[in-house]
Amino acid sequence: MAKRLLRVTVDGRVREDAVHDHALLVDYLRGIGQTGVKQGCDGGECGACTVLVDGEPRLSCITLAASVEGHAVETIESLAQNGRMSRLQAAFHVKLGTQCGFCTPGMIMSAEALLRRNAAPSEDEIRAALGGNLCRCTGYAKIVESVQCACAETVER
Amino acid sequence: MDTTVNALSPTLLRERSIGRPTPLIDGVEKVTGRARYTADLPATDALVGAILRSPVAHGVIRGIDTSRARAMRGVRAVVTGQDFIAPYGVIPIAQNEWPLARDRVRYRGEPVAAVAAVDRETAQAALAAIVLDIEPLPAYFAAADARAEGAVLLHDRKPGNVEREVDQAFGDVDAGFAAADLVREQTFHYAEVAHGQIERNGALATYEPEHGRLTMQSTTQVPYYLHLTLAQCLGLDGAQVRVIKPFVGGGFGHRVEPLNFEMVAGALARAAGGSVRVEQSREDSFLTHRGRPETDIRLKLGLKKTGEITAVDCEIVQRGGAYAGYGLVTILYAGALLHALYNVGAVRYRGYRIYTNTPPCGAMRGHGAVDARHAFEAMLDAMASELGLDPIALRRANLIEPPYRTLNDLQVNSYGIPECLDWVERASGWRERHGKLPRGRGLGLACSHYVSGSAKPVHWSGEPHAVVNLRLDFDGGITLLTGAADIGQGSSTLLAQVAAEVLLLPLSRIRVIAADSALTPKDNGSYSSRVSFMVGNAAMRAAQALLDVLVAAAARKLAVAPAEIEWQGEACRVRGGEHALDFAAVVTAALADNGPVTVKGTWSAPPETQGGKFRGAAVGSTAGFSYAAQVVEVSVDEDTGAVKVERVWIAHDCGFAINPLAATGQVQGAIYMGMGQALSEETQYHEGLSLRPNFLDYRIPTAVETPPIDVHLVETIDPLGPFGAKEASEGALHGFPPALTNAIADAIGVRLAELPATPDRVLDAIVEKRRHDRLAAARTKA
Repeated sequence: MAKRLLRVTVDGRVREDAVHDHALLVDYLRGIGQTGVKQGCDGGECGACTVLVDGEPRLSCITLAASVEGHAVETIESLAQNGRMSRLQAAFHVKLGTQCGFCTPGMIMSAEALLRRNAAPSEDEIRAALGGNLCRCTGYAKIVESVQCACAETVER
Repeated sequence: MDTTVNALSPTLLRERSIGRPTPLIDGVEKVTGRARYTADLPATDALVGAILRSPVAHGVIRGIDTSRARAMRGVRAVVTGQDFIAPYGVIPIAQNEWPLARDRVRYRGEPVAAVAAVDRETAQAALAAIVLDIEPLPAYFAAADARAEGAVLLHDRKPGNVEREVDQAFGDVDAGFAAADLVREQTFHYAEVAHGQIERNGALATYEPEHGRLTMQSTTQVPYYLHLTLAQCLGLDGAQVRVIKPFVGGGFGHRVEPLNFEMVAGALARAAGGSVRVEQSREDSFLTHRGRPETDIRLKLGLKKTGEITAVDCEIVQRGGAYAGYGLVTILYAGALLHALYNVGAVRYRGYRIYTNTPPCGAMRGHGAVDARHAFEAMLDAMASELGLDPIALRRANLIEPPYRTLNDLQVNSYGIPECLDWVERASGWRERHGKLPRGRGLGLACSHYVSGSAKPVHWSGEPHAVVNLRLDFDGGITLLTGAADIGQGSSTLLAQVAAEVLLLPLSRIRVIAADSALTPKDNGSYSSRVSFMVGNAAMRAAQALLDVLVAAAARKLAVAPAEIEWQGEACRVRGGEHALDFAAVVTAALADNGPVTVKGTWSAPPETQGGKFRGAAVGSTAGFSYAAQVVEVSVDEDTGAVKVERVWIAHDCGFAINPLAATGQVQGAIYMGMGQALSEETQYHEGLSLRPNFLDYRIPTAVETPPIDVHLVETIDPLGPFGAKEASEGALHGFPPALTNAIADAIGVRLAELPATPDRVLDAIVEKRRHDRLAAARTKA
């Protein structure tokens, strides 16, 4: 099984790692310790593994690690800075946008991508942006509220 | 060093810890990605475990040749059914499943052998090298086929492949029907559904051969049942087993019994003499199953013109799958909770739990009672229409007044249906809108209820039903030790709130250590919505015990009688006096003579809540029933059969909301899961082969299909619940499917008797109704 040297920026750090040609991005990221990236299905079904590649949401479980060569990958673990949760993270915590928490990293990364391109999305836009992220606990009600709360200025962190 | 506080400042008067929306105490870990689930646990030396599954739905195992796999480089262990000494099953009287099949396979996908190897590729190659010799037997994928004359029996001494037959009658059923003004009978069919928890199954097992010790970390809702089962199947001394529950990504009943991969991981770790990680695929989770069974219901109801229910006669058949699991409990729940939320005249219930060659069913959120609730509420709606009664008025004609003993000997101490009905009627604009919306749009109503923990535990060991320890040490921190498994429902947060409230201390003083069988007191697990009620009560009592210790210490220190102490949490003082102590000083005083303090609180359901004396009476019994009413609004496209849920109004009687934030979230989640079953979810098999073992073919609703869910919590303050609380996680689910089909009936006049309400089924029902209407019109003309 051939390996290659992968040069990629993960959560702001430039890395060079030897990876199998067929390695999936989710396995690569979890292998270097980014276990905040979750896998809930057997490939492209649930969205739990969502990360950002150059700011766009991507399902890391159906992305070859080799394909992010030279790109910037962001995981859930990059959002909190200097001991301070991001606005979305704080909102998901305070508004109970997370119950079991397993879909949460992917859910928040999809929401993060949405808010970067649309700072004031409508409820329909939020639901559409999260349409590829399955949550079995919340019925999405408090997830939508969390995203709306993060858009408002008032969330305490 | 005493701190004398002359005048307690108002800032010391703390806010209450209960009754306020409280974010989860482990929520930050979840939103930052720091929470470690089973698959995230570091174990660089762990071998990779993999499981070989039967390609045959029913057959006799003639041989399993593992010699080639054993000889492969990098393979460290190979196990088969012969490596276990006992079968398992969550119900002590129905243990007929082996972690790896022995002698016989009974469903396609049943585990038959397993390997542990140095990496995934080697493990897969080793599985491929195992040669199975299985002689096929006739296989049955429908309950009717398994029950047919001459069918091969899946299990010995189970004629007709009937795992459990129930025949119960309460009151004079014949007289009840004779007294009715309207009697109707109908059949219903419900597809099998699955839990769909987003985290895939997995276990990390470590065996220390020098000590003979097994440590298991797993995706479980029942760490202590797992502990007992590991010891039983592997022949280990229970004292050498430790089960730790890491963060768990949902359960919904999938994980309320020990599952085969857990015992397999233990056997592999022992055989390899080290650590083995078994990660299951999504397909594996579907094959492990334990979901809600495919169900057929025949229901006959008798009603007075004024709406009173005079008689109920019901027959339910469940396709249980290949092994017992919770099966007998499921078929008993279906009857026990069928009618018990109303005042009914008489009831007859016959239930049949059938063995089939499909993956074993189990307990799924709303256990046993969901499909029965649909049949009952759908018929009430249809019969209300025939009688010219409003569906809400019909429910009001059948209300209970607590305290009340149901026909089947269940104790009702608090009952919020009246308030729930009032709220949904108002909030949904029912009076102005039901029956009056434009064609294609409709409102539907249903009521439901559920237990707050089974009043008789599965294992009748005589132990208290719940135990909590509190430990206070030199630092003034209080550690709450509980076996209760937080699987996302927020039980650890709730227990901390309860303890903080009793002690009048801030939540930050309480840290929770949960579900580690080496540290925490035994707990039966997170199922039947038992934790808030039962473990909450134990936490209250433990906190009261600690409070007594603290007050006594303060009294000693201040040289007064304990009754003279006014406890204010972070400080206390002599009643009416000036002398006071801060909390640190009280802790010092409490530890002075005896060192760190550990106290215990226990709770058991009172005997009068544990059901009647007839066979199966324990199932359905609880110390506190939750109640709910909901209205669902739909729009239906009559050209395509597509149903869209526009909005849901749900009022849930949770007794008292210890954490209104979490209770609301649980109710919304329950509605959502009911919606999935009602709209789009169903498993499917072809000759026993699972056709939908993934989230593309097994359709759980996305954020786009899910409507806003308006929740109203009704607080009836149950006399036995902790601070009056009852469950909030399941009872709302049961009402959704009937509220949906009742709404479809309001929208287009079609009553579905089969779920899920997929477009093809809705369209078939529309076509059938049109044909029926045409024939009726033609007959009238003729």
